Amino acid sequence: MTLDWPTLLPLIFAGLMGLAILIYVILDGFDLGIGILFAAAEDAEQDTMIAAIGPFWDANETWLVLAVGLLLVAFPLAHGTILTALYIPVFLLLVGLILRGVAFDFRAKVPAGRKHRWNRIFFLGSVIASLAQGYMLGIYVLGLDVGLGGMAFGALVALCLAAAYAAMGAAWVIYKTEGELQKKAVLWLRRALVLTALGMVAVSLATPLASPRIFDKWFVWPAMLYLSPLPILSAVLFAWLWRQTFHLPKADDRHSLTPFLTLAAIFTLGFAGLAWSFYPFVVPDRLTIWQAASAPESLAIILAGTVVVLPIIIFYSFYAYRVFGGKATDLTYD
Amino acid sequence: MDPLILSRIQFGANISFHILFPAITIALGWMLLFFKLRYNATGDTAWMRAYFTWVKVFALSFAMGVVSGVTMSFQFGTNWPGYMETVGNIAGPLLAYEILTAFFLEAAFLGIMLFGFRRVSNRIHTLATVLVAGGTTLSAFWIIALNSWMQTPVGFEMRDGVAHATDWWAIVFNPSMPYRLVHMLLASGLTVSFLIAGLSALRYLYGDRSESMWKALRTGVFTAAILIPIQIFAGDQHGLNTLEHQPQKIAAMEANWNTGPNVPLVLFALPDEAARENKFELAIPDGASLILRHSASGVVPGLNDYAGNHPPVFPVFWAFRIMVGTGVLMLVVSWSAAFFLKRRHSLPRPLALVMVPMALSGWLATLAGWYTTEIGRQPWLVTGVLKTVDAVGPVAGSQVALSLAVYLILYALLLIAYLGVLVYLALKAAKDGDTSPLPGVLDAPLSQPAAK
Repeated sequence: MTLDWPTLLPLIFAGLMGLAILIYVILDGFDLGIGILFAAAEDAEQDTMIAAIGPFWDANETWLVLAVGLLLVAFPLAHGTILTALYIPVFLLLVGLILRGVAFDFRAKVPAGRKHRWNRIFFLGSVIASLAQGYMLGIYVLGLDVGLGGMAFGALVALCLAAAYAAMGAAWVIYKTEGELQKKAVLWLRRALVLTALGMVAVSLATPLASPRIFDKWFVWPAMLYLSPLPILSAVLFAWLWRQTFHLPKADDRHSLTPFLTLAAIFTLGFAGLAWSFYPFVVPDRLTIWQAASAPESLAIILAGTVVVLPIIIFYSFYAYRVFGGKATDLTYD
Repeated sequence: MDPLILSRIQFGANISFHILFPAITIALGWMLLFFKLRYNATGDTAWMRAYFTWVKVFALSFAMGVVSGVTMSFQFGTNWPGYMETVGNIAGPLLAYEILTAFFLEAAFLGIMLFGFRRVSNRIHTLATVLVAGGTTLSAFWIIALNSWMQTPVGFEMRDGVAHATDWWAIVFNPSMPYRLVHMLLASGLTVSFLIAGLSALRYLYGDRSESMWKALRTGVFTAAILIPIQIFAGDQHGLNTLEHQPQKIAAMEANWNTGPNVPLVLFALPDEAARENKFELAIPDGASLILRHSASGVVPGLNDYAGNHPPVFPVFWAFRIMVGTGVLMLVVSWSAAFFLKRRHSLPRPLALVMVPMALSGWLATLAGWYTTEIGRQPWLVTGVLKTVDAVGPVAGSQVALSLAVYLILYALLLIAYLGVLVYLALKAAKDGDTSPLPGVLDAPLSQPAAK
């Protein structure tokens, strides 16, 4: 492989897109998860939970626009192939995102009697969006197989991803709240972890089994040795987090952010595994990132903007999280 | 049904729904900044009350805009894969810049603008408002650049059926771009002015005479009265630009079937595409020639020059007339209201009653204007480069029909809920008047300038 721009640019954009997807999954993961946990929360708790994500969700969801945007602008052929194959789940994802996005604002602005309705819509939208994302992941992992087996597997992953998001949501609630709600969230986290682990194992096994090419990438000596930290570390983190759920919350609220960071680390490891499996393909076993990429001169133009803007985005995202740091209080406009 | 026509209806429905909300947020951001700056300068809490009422509308509109915008970015792939395959090298960077420079600027600082008044200094809060307003406008800049390029493409060459950029400056500042951008920004300004004026008039009708109501009402009415003549001029210039670059669109807008001099200005007609003539025509002799060529004997292009290659006449003709008619109505209403507010310091009840439905006149004119220009581009998706029919994806008609039906129901319900909340917020503000507590403004002397 020679390192010239036509080779490098698609690689860089694949990396950026991967980064955007990972950040999206972690950030929108926790606010989708909080939507899912709405079903288990009392009225007053729901307000606190909303306050814990209120200032962030717009920006969180924008990472999805960036991820899909990068797929669209950098790999237009792949964007078309993947999204036409996943037409119905994408459509459901969008309906879910629309419902929860607007419910978020409506529930705070309608007359008090109608709030319940929008709370339910918020829950429903979050569940639909999470399930649709999981289903799409399952189908994608099997190489866009939309047969009966693919659909069954997609349904399994859908359930597990929703659970994983619920776990993220619970971890965020642990970080942002105190008292009874925080104790409740620890229980939520423990339950959701079981399905999360199951989902990661299912995807990790199905990916190499569905594609001999991916199988050969993982199970050859010495690659197996270099790759072994990924599953081992994930398993250790899972076990550790599971044990933690019996000790949280701790005195002085120590380690309240730890569950969230641990889950983020697990997500990152799982994502790295997927990235290794599929590289260099953007449409599994059909289109490589170089076959699907836009013209180098167009990618260069986008890259110029990206290297300026992305650090700024990351910097002020940190700033926004700091401004609204600490335990969640009532959200007010005035 | 045919996936092409279903996909077109679905994209049209989605983008129509989407544009309603950017049309509000683009200008409302600047309007909020104006309220904020007035408060900073005068310390008058009524300005801040107006800010807090309208920032809620901004939050809601922004959320609606975000969720419908996410839908758009997916639909390029789900329904129109041929679009990016052909012109992706040009559309891609423009869309990327829209997302990068603008979307994030808005979304990240929105949290501080909405909920941060008591958490950051007044200066940072003002800065967040500036950045959000600037972000929405930048967003509009990039997306209008792309849309205009699709109307009047330049600065590229075709290699193996794929467009490659040769001159980015020419692509961004393509011939129709400055006109369309100005026209759209003014449209957004008018939409927001009439929305604020209309909802304030509703508060007025419910007996609210609070200072925050007057301030919002005057801001809305005077802004509308100033912007509407500028908009009429800008629209005329945009029309002349279209005549130069997309004459077939002008021919359809004027329902002019034959190229020639002394073309009348058709006020009313039912264009009949099969017979290629107008039924029930009511026209001013030489009008179109005078407007478009500034001479009664000026030659105006007709549809006969573009047989089989021009847009459907009926929708373009009527969408254009609805836009212009709404614009004239806006001129009359905003100038009368401005007269009464300036000279009599009051608002006659009948005028207030008219202003309430006029709150949505901006939406009507904006939609009609976009239908004129977008249907007027057909049968092309990118003029002279890619036809709409060649961009549609290989998705079954039944799937598109299903998604379209659900989208339509969803959008209708959301629109009803949105308008319901606007009215509810206005009535709540009318009830509270100047009495609602403002803890962030009144109780925080250390971080805020002292209130009067």
